[in-house]
Amino acid sequence: MMSEAILSALPDRPATKPRPRLPPGLRRLVSPVVILLLWQAASDLGLISSRLVAPPSAIARSFVELVASGELQHNLLVSLARVGAGLGIAVVAGTALALVAGLSRRGEEIVDAPLQMVRTMPHLALVPLFILWFGIGETPKIALVALGSAFPIYLNLFAGIRGVDPRLVEAATVLGLSRGELIRHVILPGALPSALVGLRYALGVAWLSLVVGEQINATAGIGFMMMDAREFLRTDIIIVGLLVYAVLGLAADQLVRWVERRALSWRPVLLRGTA
Amino acid sequence: MICCDGLVDHALLLDAGTGADAMNAVTPAIARQHAAGVRIRGLTRRFGGPAVLDRLDLDIRPGEFLALLGRSGSGKTTLLRTLAGLDPVEQGEVAAPARRAVVFQDPRLLPWKRVLRNVTLGLRGADPKGRALAALAEVGLAHRTDAWPLTLSGGEAQRAGLARALVREPELLLLDEPFAALDALTRLRMQAMVADLWQRHRCTVLLVTHDVDEAVLLADRAVVLEAGRIATEVAIPLERPRRHAGAEFAALRARLLNALGVEEDGHALAA
Ligand SMILES: Nc1ncnc2c1ncn2[C@@H]1O[C@H](COP(=O)(O)OP(=O)(O)O)[C@@H](O)[C@H]1O
Ligand SMILES: [Mg+2]
Repeated sequence: MMSEAILSALPDRPATKPRPRLPPGLRRLVSPVVILLLWQAASDLGLISSRLVAPPSAIARSFVELVASGELQHNLLVSLARVGAGLGIAVVAGTALALVAGLSRRGEEIVDAPLQMVRTMPHLALVPLFILWFGIGETPKIALVALGSAFPIYLNLFAGIRGVDPRLVEAATVLGLSRGELIRHVILPGALPSALVGLRYALGVAWLSLVVGEQINATAGIGFMMMDAREFLRTDIIIVGLLVYAVLGLAADQLVRWVERRALSWRPVLLRGTA
Repeated sequence: MICCDGLVDHALLLDAGTGADAMNAVTPAIARQHAAGVRIRGLTRRFGGPAVLDRLDLDIRPGEFLALLGRSGSGKTTLLRTLAGLDPVEQGEVAAPARRAVVFQDPRLLPWKRVLRNVTLGLRGADPKGRALAALAEVGLAHRTDAWPLTLSGGEAQRAGLARALVREPELLLLDEPFAALDALTRLRMQAMVADLWQRHRCTVLLVTHDVDEAVLLADRAVVLEAGRIATEVAIPLERPRRHAGAEFAALRARLLNALGVEEDGHALAA
């Protein structure tokens, strides 16, 4: 939007003769389509081995097959359930910890220091330990998602609570708000923008954790589908899996953006966007 | 609960013995005055360095409109915050009515609540919504009750702040340079509105300002804060409604400017 404005502010080059113009939305698609066509052509000419990368036509075909057999939907549901469960745990735990640490000095001393220490550890490195602790069922996969995504939620909500404008807190105090009202009407709404940023990060981490988690000893899920395809050199199925991950990530991000637009409609930038 | 810089520290909301109770911990230091006036004796306040308020004495009669003038940094806001219960009374005695309301220099509306909800926030008693709507109508904001605060103009936001204060029917209304950030025309309109509202509500008012004209236009009495104390006191016995004209107005204006160390034509007096 910004770049559009800047671009349109630049003076147009004097057009010598009017050329047929595509709408901007379609124009952006030109380059990807050309790349796909080149890719297909290179595969057909034998320049790219399908053992390394399958051609777009094969990917499309196996996508249709996977959907027709119900295999994709089944694996997708398994993966979604893992992310859902992990993220649910992360939201509850991260929010609870952030409230305790954000609203009380003692809580901060108890909660924040250990969390900051654990945070420095890349949580994906815990996979071997998780397998020992939780075996190879669903638990280690969900735990990995939950652990990874709890941190962004905790950190951003904590920062959001501490970042609430103290002048607003003061004004609300003068209005005679009780402690509970202050938390509900001032602190939490004030921390919400930051909390939603945390949720967006958490979703990103959740997918990443899922990808890693599903590559260990899974018997279902998008990750399992891809690992299974590797055994048979089916690069087409692997790429279908990659695309599914990409679409899921994108959809999750859009979902949070939508929630943001609804919940933060008081912000003037967004007001202008929806007006 | 009040941390070093005088701001309410919301990090302590859940700690036992602190939080909202302790925010009002400064209130017990303010004796409850049953008449709606204010009585301050020997109030001293320092922020580490020299005293900002230095054994200050001040009385405000019930229903009086008092203007508090002083140079920037002379401690006007500190005095007002003390009366609001936002700054602790460390030394001295302060007695003020229990029902107090504040309009700050910046509007301080909660941006995530619409104007009406900002006014009803924390409001107790019957029909808060109806009372809030009436207060908003009184300040000429009946058409903006559904607006988000960040879409209001500066004048509208201050009027919303005024409605939020008035709806609580305060016995003591504390105004901290409420019009300082407004353009000249809006300021004149707001001053006329405050004069009008005060005629109707008759609460005790402390108006902090650095605008001598504003003081002469609105107040029964103006005091000048200097070196931590009330250095000058000027009664303003002009009839209401007042205008910015006349020999008496000019004379009072000159006296106050003089007390602030400024000559009538704007030059600083030689020290
Ligand atoms: N919370 C605070 N911490 C430290 N110094 C403060 C604080 N509040 C006010 N002061 C100091 O007290 C003096 C008076 O400030 P203030 O009451 O805001 O003056 P005024 O409102 O008259 O401009 C200033 O020197 C200011 O720096
Ligand atoms: Mg001030």
